[in-house]
Amino acid sequence: MTMRPTLAVWKFASCDGCQLGILDLEDELLSLVGAVQIASFTEMTSAVIDGPYDVSLVEGSITTPDDADRILAVREASGLLVTIGACATAGGIQALRNYADVGEYTSTVYAHPEYITTLAESSPISSYVKVDFELRGCPINRYQIVEVVTALLAGRRPVIPGYSVCEECKMAGNLCVLVAHGTACLGPVTRAGCGALCPAVNRGCYGCFGPADTTNTASLARRLTELGTSERGISRLFRTFNSAATEFSKESLEHDA
Amino acid sequence: MTPSGDSANRAIDVHGLARVEGEGSLHVAVRDGVLERVELEIFEPPRFFEAFLVGRGHEEPPDITARICGICPVAYQMSACAAIEDACGVQVPAEVGRLRRLLYCGEWIQSHALHIYLLHAPDFFGCRDAVELAGLNPAAVERGLRIKKVGNQLMEVVGGRAIHPVNVRIGGFYRAPSREEITALIEPLKKAREESLETIRFVATFDFPDIEADYRFVALSHPDHYAIEAGRIMSSDGIDATPMEFAAISVEEHVQRSSALHARLRGRDPYLTGPLARYALNQATLPQTARDAAAEAGLGPVCRNPFKSVIVRAVELYFACDEAVRLAEEYEPFEPAAVPVPPQAGTGAGATEAPRGMLLQRYELSADGTIKSARIMPPTSQNQLSIESDIRQVVEAGLDLSDAELTARCELAVRNHDPCISCAAHFLDVSIDRS
Repeated sequence: MTMRPTLAVWKFASCDGCQLGILDLEDELLSLVGAVQIASFTEMTSAVIDGPYDVSLVEGSITTPDDADRILAVREASGLLVTIGACATAGGIQALRNYADVGEYTSTVYAHPEYITTLAESSPISSYVKVDFELRGCPINRYQIVEVVTALLAGRRPVIPGYSVCEECKMAGNLCVLVAHGTACLGPVTRAGCGALCPAVNRGCYGCFGPADTTNTASLARRLTELGTSERGISRLFRTFNSAATEFSKESLEHDA
Repeated sequence: MTPSGDSANRAIDVHGLARVEGEGSLHVAVRDGVLERVELEIFEPPRFFEAFLVGRGHEEPPDITARICGICPVAYQMSACAAIEDACGVQVPAEVGRLRRLLYCGEWIQSHALHIYLLHAPDFFGCRDAVELAGLNPAAVERGLRIKKVGNQLMEVVGGRAIHPVNVRIGGFYRAPSREEITALIEPLKKAREESLETIRFVATFDFPDIEADYRFVALSHPDHYAIEAGRIMSSDGIDATPMEFAAISVEEHVQRSSALHARLRGRDPYLTGPLARYALNQATLPQTARDAAAEAGLGPVCRNPFKSVIVRAVELYFACDEAVRLAEEYEPFEPAAVPVPPQAGTGAGATEAPRGMLLQRYELSADGTIKSARIMPPTSQNQLSIESDIRQVVEAGLDLSDAELTARCELAVRNHDPCISCAAHFLDVSIDRS
């Protein structure tokens, strides 16, 4: 038997949903673990193989001094490092602290703030170490994991779209909720990958895959204003699961009353 | 794991408990043959949901709180909707309630199948994971994956997505699925229902340590059906409260070892939520077929052996499939898919049954719907003290076991309650100290 590449899955501040996506590959899971050797994946197995690892999948953002050290060790032990999801790639929902005073946050939630050690900001993995490939989404589309692993095994670059949800939405044959219903929708500036799920249920895209490769958030914001969305509404729209992504952060600050 | 010392004095430390959701560890210290200390430590980084919800709009909690947990996002969405609707004095129509229950069945099926087959069963076979178990018993693991997949399909059809569904809103849904979409689920659900009966028979053959705990059970309860998405909060010692009243009598303590708050009831001992509690308090409302299957698997009216929670979970898996079949067969699309929920100044609370236990949220809103305060009580922070108490019992009964055996049993005792540490941090690595 030839040596299978080793794959490790790491968790930082997150909801576990992206790594659960791997366990949700019900039809592919047993083939996947046949093609790669799972060397470390705490949510799935108590077996741990020492590094180095050919590929590391990293979920979660950096929010504590310990995690800031741990990501350096993960990088050191990894051949390729792939971030999975909005937390690892753009700080996640917990990056809303970046717009507030984390000391106040700690005293709001905990009776003894002195027991809690936390950083002022929630940061993407790329703020601390070199990232070889990023998968977006809150959560990721699990088939993008299959594509990444397949591509890495075949020695090619993964094919992951950088265009916007609008293109995916047209391909899905959805009615445009922004044009037809005047519904506030982040589809024009949001990266494809989910399958245009929200417009399919008559809802505007809420940007959970983060910014597309090219965006014009200011133009979209003007249209949202014309449709009657309040300044606070626009700021909130851009400030959810990818609030630390540059394009979304900038636009949310423009409308932060 | 770093065991040390002789058998009278030992320390077992499990750092990074596996096959649980999130990060935590367990420390056990035994001195002169006497158990001194059991501490479940949660080092999941705090994410401050209760803080950043303040200032957001009243329509936002279903999407935002879903992100607390990728395993039970629907539980967060449903409790959030119930709490906000309570604060705004809105009651949703019966058809919205039924579709919410159908979606929630999908989450129970997916989460219970995941926990039974991929996280819990490997322990009973001495396997490190489901892949190793698949080497011994491929038919069982493949069955688990098939059942789990049906749960996910149901969540995708009703919720728009399995993890962090997009179709849920306060007042109802963005779009009610078509009759055809729901009808297509009925045959797969019936197959999953058959396979969940096999699941009950499969888990009933496991070798269970003989331990019983004196739990105080707390669960949502409903006179007409096995409570999931609505009901009053009941306990085995006579509490009968609305979510709002329960929020007022429960207190959360912050201890140094944990970024999860410990919940207890004012003036009372710790309590347990989850499958054992629901089964003990609500099994009279289970359909006869589910009660028959439970009896066949050797369950009495109350199960106090935490290791046998896997059987109760399998009975609930069967129930969730059966209930989903019923709801799918009776489903009729409705318009509008949601009722308006105009904001008003006030406070509201909502509680629903996540697969791993009761989940309560409470919000205070200003007149324009801006959130003034938020409180979230996830099941694992409510169960933390009971899990520690289980471990104390397991260690005291197992002092003659080797460190490796005792450690394995402690880890299993934690997994018995399907803890979700990501939720609670707002948890697992085991350490036993016998020195």
